[in-house]
Amino acid sequence: MQEKAILIDKKDNVATALHRMGKGDSILVAIEDRSVSVVLSQDVPFGHKFALTEIQQGDAIIKYGEVIGLATKPIRQGEHVHIHNVESQKGRGDKR
Amino acid sequence: MKFLGYCRSNGKVGIRNHVLIFPTVVCSSEVARMISNKVPGTVYAIHGCGCSHVGEDKEQVIRTMVGFTGHPNVAGVLLVGLGCELITPENIAEELARGGQRVETVSIQEAGGTIKCVEEGKRLAGKLLAEAADAKRESIDVSELTLGLECGGSDALSGLTANPALGIASDLLIAEGGSAIFSETTEMLGTEQVLLRRAANAEVERRIHEIIAAADTKAKSMGMDIRGSQPGPGNIAGGLTTIEEKSLGCIRKGGSTTIMEVVKCAEQPAKKGLIIMDGTALDVMSDTGLIASGAQIIVFTTGRGTPVGTPIVPVIKVSSNSITYNNMKDNIDINAGVIVDGHGTIQSVGEQICDEIIEVGSGKLTKAEVLGHREFDIHSLGPVV
Repeated sequence: MQEKAILIDKKDNVATALHRMGKGDSILVAIEDRSVSVVLSQDVPFGHKFALTEIQQGDAIIKYGEVIGLATKPIRQGEHVHIHNVESQKGRGDKR
Repeated sequence: MKFLGYCRSNGKVGIRNHVLIFPTVVCSSEVARMISNKVPGTVYAIHGCGCSHVGEDKEQVIRTMVGFTGHPNVAGVLLVGLGCELITPENIAEELARGGQRVETVSIQEAGGTIKCVEEGKRLAGKLLAEAADAKRESIDVSELTLGLECGGSDALSGLTANPALGIASDLLIAEGGSAIFSETTEMLGTEQVLLRRAANAEVERRIHEIIAAADTKAKSMGMDIRGSQPGPGNIAGGLTTIEEKSLGCIRKGGSTTIMEVVKCAEQPAKKGLIIMDGTALDVMSDTGLIASGAQIIVFTTGRGTPVGTPIVPVIKVSSNSITYNNMKDNIDINAGVIVDGHGTIQSVGEQICDEIIEVGSGKLTKAEVLGHREFDIHSLGPVV
């Protein structure tokens, strides 16, 4: 591979950084016939995710082509996606 | 494909030839350790169980002890008891004798205290070692191998490199007629839809649904968000945001074959091929369950890095990234980080893992074995009364 970031499934709205990346970095990720170019609006640590599209509050975050959680606030393209703006739908004993 | 293993008289196949000193209760754990320390060549496994178990918990602890001490990587076992415990050496020995395992027992109260028990234990351990020395490796088909699939200290690359590479190795072994078991039911939360598509039949579907629903109910019963524990602090620092994300990466180590059966923790499967064991996500306890279910070898993927081994089953460690590999070379056997570095592919690392399974199965020591890592714990369901 040796890319800077990886898009795992065509349906995903996030990509994973394969190196530490900085604000302003321009990233191109591609899978099959889909390619997305993103300018990072924040630093993204190694192994962390960033948004490929605008994501509305309450929208599903998709990785591996599956739902990994819901956005807790609007997320802009190129923004770091992690625990500060995504919540799980599983094991939520706090939400009963 | 063949490897060099030990054919036991009960028909089972081992890849190590250990003499195990095993306490059936926490109270005899120190005496078990003393015996093992005085008889070089033996191994021990100590734990906090053996008394005050009731019902399902008691059944699971006994099943784990019987599966672990009766394991084909163990040539002979010395069970050490206290004398007044719930689970006695005699209870376990009776089960082991039925399964054709070589077993001796000793108890502290009956022997007359620590020193006399250690003396008697040394004598019995020496006898077991002498018998074990007669075992010889012979050429055995890899279809006799059961691979335990484990992950711990996962990061965001675990699901992209090490776990899919291990999935290839699982597929290769299963294609040769072998078996692979994956577990850690909490780390299946959010993957039910994916796993159900791979179930062999309606009963397997029902069991997958049942164990994942139970894991979600158990997680919710704590009354709080499990994030912070699942994913844990190291997972989160590594880029994993939710349990769903962690789980989707975790299950990739099970490869792509049909899920043939779902078993309880430490239960031995009736089917060959890919098996799910319902068990905890705490990796050391999970390893014990996989071993008691029959895994003779474990491949353990890690993102953040971990040293753990087991007392009787070799653990091959695979890192998800090169930073961890270079940082913890003492502990990591294979670096799947080459996949993102451009020096390998998921397929090539998967084949490398498969080759290593054959080598380790034939006697090559893993780094965890070389360093003497023998972490052990039993998954007790509780409550302890």
